[in-house]
Amino acid sequence: MTYQWNWYIFLQPASAKDSYLDWLISGMLTTLQMGCLAWVIAFSLGSLLGVMRTIPNRAVSSLAKLYVEIFRNIPLIVQLFMWYYLAPKLLPQEFRSWLFALPPASTSFYTATIGLGLFTAARVCEQVRAGIDVISSGLKNASLSLGLSLRQSYQYILLPITYRTILPPMTSEMLSIFKNSSIASTIGVIDLFTRARQLNEYTAHGYESFIAVIFCYLIINTGVMLLMSRVESMLRLPGTGGRV
Amino acid sequence: MLGLEFEFLDVAILRTLMHGMWISLEVAGVALGVGLILGTVLALLRLSSFRSLSFLSALYVNFFRSIPLAMVLLCFYLVVPQVLSTLFSNTQQIDTRLMSALVGFALFESAYYAEIMRAGIQSVSAGQVHAARALGLSQFHVLQDIVLPQAFRNMLPLLLTQLIVLFQDTSLVYVISLSDFFTSAEGVGERDGRIEEMMFIAGLIYLIICFAASKLVDRLAAKSL
Repeated sequence: MTYQWNWYIFLQPASAKDSYLDWLISGMLTTLQMGCLAWVIAFSLGSLLGVMRTIPNRAVSSLAKLYVEIFRNIPLIVQLFMWYYLAPKLLPQEFRSWLFALPPASTSFYTATIGLGLFTAARVCEQVRAGIDVISSGLKNASLSLGLSLRQSYQYILLPITYRTILPPMTSEMLSIFKNSSIASTIGVIDLFTRARQLNEYTAHGYESFIAVIFCYLIINTGVMLLMSRVESMLRLPGTGGRV
Repeated sequence: MLGLEFEFLDVAILRTLMHGMWISLEVAGVALGVGLILGTVLALLRLSSFRSLSFLSALYVNFFRSIPLAMVLLCFYLVVPQVLSTLFSNTQQIDTRLMSALVGFALFESAYYAEIMRAGIQSVSAGQVHAARALGLSQFHVLQDIVLPQAFRNMLPLLLTQLIVLFQDTSLVYVISLSDFFTSAEGVGERDGRIEEMMFIAGLIYLIICFAASKLVDRLAAKSL
């Protein structure tokens, strides 16, 4: 089996305007955009749900639990297909015609970003809940007995400590959101993974294409890890030595 | 509800779905078996005192954990058929899609099982190892009869939870068009113009199976504590 390696393939023109390298870069940008937008949804909704699960109100906490059970027990690819095909049926007519008048790649980008965000929110929720549970109940009782309202005790005491403790698992959720975004390619988002397939088909140099794309994913991962370790050292409470 | 209609379902479709589910379970089963064995070996290498072996194991695990599963499947679909055709002259009877998926999943899952087993082995107290050594058991017997059974038992809930995740992940063989449960459902939906209904059914079935399985794992974990 002899294989002709040719790394210069990426410099060859893919169309009138751009080279294969441009394809790779644009795929990486789409993946980054999607991961970041979905993370904003996942982080805010996940935090809200995590708090809902720990407050002393049965109805509210079981509502959050129901959300988590549903979103954790359906594979992401099925969820993305459902967001693309099923969910728009629930929207008002004007909004639906606006959504589908967009270029196909944008329509799937929006639905996939929402789907990915809501999927990851369930996982973030579990991390936040676990973080709040780990804090001794003494701290919560102390803040309540000092006269803080439940809202204030979450805002000033519980959540600031929780977010610091759960930074490592949150980092790995962040890494998964970028990895999981590759699944969005199945409903037509032109991300890094789609570019891998296109490069393979157009250049017929599968090995180079896939190695280049894997390298891009490794760059994204390393970037997230470096960023998060910066954040971790910035947020560290003085005198805790990294552990809260 | 939602303007969905389910009258188009017939026996042939159900049979396709059942066959797809069988493929899903087959992939998950093989990945579990190979993943557990290879994962345990990787965990032992990671914890061994040979620096180079430990480094190689860490490299393997971190590499597979940092690339998307879909990418792994696509790569193995490129590599496995070529390897098969050089190894065997007659590759007509071999389902290359299934083989690629099996190899890809097994190697990918090993990385995740390795991390769980590593935590499990570390959870066995050092006193156990010292006591076994003092009783005259050989290094191998300490591992086989003392450390691994306890590590395995401690990590059982996590291993089973990972199995549920693995079962959900098998739906990703869609990217190499292997007809598992999800891909069959999507195929039927596309063919009959009933994609909304089929996605609803697929989601519901995954939800029921995975929810029931995770409740069982919760009960098992509560019992073993």
